[in-house]
Amino acid sequence: MLNTIFAFINAAIIQGTPLLFGATGEIITEKSGNLNLGIPGIMYVGGISGIIGGYIYEHYTEDPNTALCILIPLLSCMLGSLIMTLIYSFLTITLRANQNVTGLALTTFGIGIGNFFGGSLLKFFNESGSISLMDCGAAFKMSLPFADDLGLFGKTFLSFGFLVYLAVIIALVASFILNKTRVGLNLRAVGENPATADSAGINVTKYKYFATCIGGMIAGFGGLYFVMDYTGGAWTNNGFGDRGWLAIAIVIFAIWKPKMSILASYLFGGLYILCVYIPGLSASNKELINMLPYVVTILVLIIISIRKKRENQPPQSLGLSYFREER
Amino acid sequence: MGNVAIELRNISKRFGSVVANKDVNLSVYNGEILSLLGENGSGKTTLMNMISGIYFPDEGQILIDGKEAVISSPKDAFDYKIGMIHQHFKLVDVFSAAENIVLGLENEGKFDINAISKKVQEISDKYGFDIDPRKKIYEMSVSEKQTVEIIKVLYRGANILILDEPTAVLTPQETQKLFKILRSMRDDGKAIIIITHKLHEVLSLSDRVAVLRKGEYIGTVNTAETDEAQLTEMMVGQKIDLNIERSEPENPVDRLEVNNISCVSREGVKLLDDVSFTARSGEILGIAGIAGSGQRELLEAIAGLQHLNDGQILYHNPKTGDVENLRDKTPLQIRELGVRLSFVPEDRLGMGLVGNMDIIDNMMLRSYKKGRTVFVERKAPKELANKIINDLQVVTPSASTPVRRLSGGNVQKVLVGREIAASPTVLMAAYPVRGLDINSSYTIYNLLNEQKKKGVAVIFVGEDLDVLIELCDRIMVIGSGRITGIVDGRTAKKEEIGILMTKTERSDDNE
Amino acid sequence: MSSKRLAQHSEPLLHITKRDAMVWYKGVIIRAIAIVAALIVCSALIVLLTKLNPLDVYSEMIEGSFGTERKFWILLQNIAMLLCISLAVTPAFKMKFWNLGAEGQVLVGALASAACMFYFKEVRMGDTLPLVYEAPLSNAVLIPMMLVASMAAGIIWAVIPAIFKAIWGTNESLFTLMMNYVAMQLVAFFIMVWVPNGSSVMGIINPNTESGWLPELFGQKYGFNILIVGLLTVAMYIYLKYSKQGYEISVVGESENTARYIGINVKKVIIRTLIVSGAICGIAGFLLVSGTNYTVSKDIAGGMGFTAIMVAWLAKFNPGMMVITSFLVVFMQRGAGAIATTFGLNQSVSDILTGIIIFFIIGCEFFINYKVNLRTKHKEG
Repeated sequence: MLNTIFAFINAAIIQGTPLLFGATGEIITEKSGNLNLGIPGIMYVGGISGIIGGYIYEHYTEDPNTALCILIPLLSCMLGSLIMTLIYSFLTITLRANQNVTGLALTTFGIGIGNFFGGSLLKFFNESGSISLMDCGAAFKMSLPFADDLGLFGKTFLSFGFLVYLAVIIALVASFILNKTRVGLNLRAVGENPATADSAGINVTKYKYFATCIGGMIAGFGGLYFVMDYTGGAWTNNGFGDRGWLAIAIVIFAIWKPKMSILASYLFGGLYILCVYIPGLSASNKELINMLPYVVTILVLIIISIRKKRENQPPQSLGLSYFREER
Repeated sequence: MGNVAIELRNISKRFGSVVANKDVNLSVYNGEILSLLGENGSGKTTLMNMISGIYFPDEGQILIDGKEAVISSPKDAFDYKIGMIHQHFKLVDVFSAAENIVLGLENEGKFDINAISKKVQEISDKYGFDIDPRKKIYEMSVSEKQTVEIIKVLYRGANILILDEPTAVLTPQETQKLFKILRSMRDDGKAIIIITHKLHEVLSLSDRVAVLRKGEYIGTVNTAETDEAQLTEMMVGQKIDLNIERSEPENPVDRLEVNNISCVSREGVKLLDDVSFTARSGEILGIAGIAGSGQRELLEAIAGLQHLNDGQILYHNPKTGDVENLRDKTPLQIRELGVRLSFVPEDRLGMGLVGNMDIIDNMMLRSYKKGRTVFVERKAPKELANKIINDLQVVTPSASTPVRRLSGGNVQKVLVGREIAASPTVLMAAYPVRGLDINSSYTIYNLLNEQKKKGVAVIFVGEDLDVLIELCDRIMVIGSGRITGIVDGRTAKKEEIGILMTKTERSDDNE
Repeated sequence: MSSKRLAQHSEPLLHITKRDAMVWYKGVIIRAIAIVAALIVCSALIVLLTKLNPLDVYSEMIEGSFGTERKFWILLQNIAMLLCISLAVTPAFKMKFWNLGAEGQVLVGALASAACMFYFKEVRMGDTLPLVYEAPLSNAVLIPMMLVASMAAGIIWAVIPAIFKAIWGTNESLFTLMMNYVAMQLVAFFIMVWVPNGSSVMGIINPNTESGWLPELFGQKYGFNILIVGLLTVAMYIYLKYSKQGYEISVVGESENTARYIGINVKKVIIRTLIVSGAICGIAGFLLVSGTNYTVSKDIAGGMGFTAIMVAWLAKFNPGMMVITSFLVVFMQRGAGAIATTFGLNQSVSDILTGIIIFFIIGCEFFINYKVNLRTKHKEG
């Protein structure tokens, strides 16, 4: 029994990690007033960019080096996500396009990119079969060598690849920056009331760009974790599923607090695979269990709107573009 | 008086086809309070926004300490030690006072809220503010918010302070406190610009007065060497007797009877406090008062847009003789009762009209429900639109032009024209001539007078006392949500009304 | 602050102002330029991937969309379905209610139709060959029942977030977004219930009697779909432009304050409009089951709920314009699909191209709404 519970926690953390990256990224983005519905697309691109980088490296190297097996996918993932967020930022911040429409288009585009390269990458190199990056996958999966010696605790909490811990660290750092630094204060002001931030001398455009791009790159890691660690370097089209939307749900569930999003991600991660751990569940009821994260999010959304506590509301200018000379 | 702190040379600014400022020249010295005087819409705020980096001038130069300055963002303005306190406070509601005060400062080292609070306290002690740095803005009163704004610019070491109509939202006591603080800042060597259109404040506070009229710079005078008459003349152009016609009311009968109404805001502030009065047919009832004293709530309560906590609003129907209580009825229910109530709200394009719709569709706002079919009828509204365009000489390319593209005066003609077209028995107008040129203003006065002669009970909320005195039969004064007096328009003196406006306590108040 | 730092301040080089209005043909020209630019980028991309002559690429795309009569009808069918969902989201968007839940509303609509078909499915009469099947209900009963059930389901899905928005101001874009996934799981659940073998694929329902299938029209399988959506387009145009309810939607969308001022019950309008929106999504779901697939799956809406939002927005919520924008999107998708098949590329290339086109068109709106002025250095003196 205990073993099952720990195995469940372990699995919840694994499932929760891509969600945590996505949610942290989206929180940082939304704190600047940008509702980036392109996050699901960005996560696909983050994943496929890592795959492409890793594939090219493995393809041209006889004897892949572990450090480069991590570094190259990591950097190419960041580059891919950055390009995606730059498209979004340029359209919504500089050209003041509608955020919802741009975000949805970005998701279509990003999933398209992911599946296109996922399906055609090998063809470009005149290979066949499916993508499987053994060395990169192994490198990302590498855990502390002594983890297994620490018994159940070690197996449950210390047996992960480094990205799992990075997700937590990024969320904690994001929480610290948002709440305890001037940069965080300024960023929150931009999302709450850009006109005020502007008149206080804050460069609204710069903050929006930086927050959106950094947020996008963090979200991209979620895709990278999925393809490198979770699936061990393999790509299946649409394999990432709707996790990107789940990440957006977590932002609401965590009422825009990165620390809360750590717990929320593992909770949602747990719900995502809960059906596997409930014995005797019929196939149809499994689908109902999978509905839970969304239903719970809706309930949270309703509760915060009814309670109207000022600190728990979405950033006030979320979804709106800012034009200084509006008159 | 010290050196020139800031000098403006030939500043011009246009918004689309509207000229907001034209060739403005102005200088302000260290250690003085300069009043920037002008009517609503004379370009005062636009001019100051260019100094504080919100707008960028189309033409002209700004010199600070004798050197040309380029202020392309509020950050630049701070670097030049310019701080502006806007009429609409620029504060983040969910932040504390201290967080708002340090917002945007980047070169200040570690973010230590205790150290910041201490520095805020020092500034407060120096000039006599009273503020809790940890209090959230959304829990604050208007006056507290203003204090936060002022500390915010002082914290940044501002040398030139601009205040945009700072007293519009304050009680007389708060105003006096503010003036004391401004004087102590002046004595500290700061250059202070205060935007206002209240003459008595100008005279009591400032060292010099600069006047703008329709975006143009008229001149600067020393306060000691001027008086109200001269300033008024500079402000409005030539000294004009307004000469608004006023006929005697014919057979006035009670039309609208407001009995002891009260309403409370969501924050628990009393917006209307035991208000009672009667509006009669064939009469113009003026309402005077400092902006935000409850005028809007009063009119909206009558129009069915404001929930009341107490009291009743009785309408005497001239056709049937019935008396109806309008309290807590929706605008639709009021109309269904056969009450012909027209309302020209203060916010023309945000409430009275839809800016993006054309004149015809705006005519339909009041009448779209007419007819039995599920479809709207556009023929009658089109005729009405064309009639209003002709009768009131609305300048517009056509009846299918979106109203947001019309000038302020023409927008108001469309709105008033539509409200009058419903042949009302009660007509309420809130600040109907605000921002209008002289000609348009007179058109509106004439329209109101015509309605009065037709036996309509007209309620006119105004800000210009001269107009109120010349136009209205009776003038009711409202202060902090209470009626402080009702005077006869034919005999009232301006001073008398002015005193009633600032009176907040009633002698018979023994609740 | 040092004077050095001050000296570095430079005038903003570009100065952006809002336009008053623009002559209509300039707007058309700007949009045309954007589309052409997007097509150039798209073809550059395809040329890069396939190393083909761009003209070949375009002729292939046109061939793929219009090449045969069958392809042409599929093109029309795809346009019709996308257009139908675009029409559904339009009244809500005009009211500034961000209904991102069309996908879910269509799904539950499809589910309701499939449920009707499933619970009144054909029964085999006896075991003797040839096998004979009989439908318990005639199509004259079953099809209207499916239509009503689908509309009701769509309405329920749309009206729940609307009620919360109207009463408590609950953020509707996030709410409707979440409802999509609840709907998907609901569909997955019912398929599991209906298909006991656990294959999670619902086969064609009533393949023998075609009970609950929309009949052919003009000799075309999709005839009815196209006709119904055509009628809906006209109806929606009239509803928005000439009906009292349409007028109320515009007023609420432009200014809630004005709506209050003239006595429109804003809450009522929000809820009523989402009923319309949900009902049309339900119809779309019905058409997808009864007139197209004769089965239901999680992916039956295929992301059209989201694409439709873009289509409606690009058309400025004008149903007439939506015919053009949905054509444009479907043409790109079909064309890209044809290229992918011919040159052995992945079908996802069409999503990439759709994305690029939409980026260009939403980007160009900026140049319609704003004016960019190059600042000229003012004279010394």
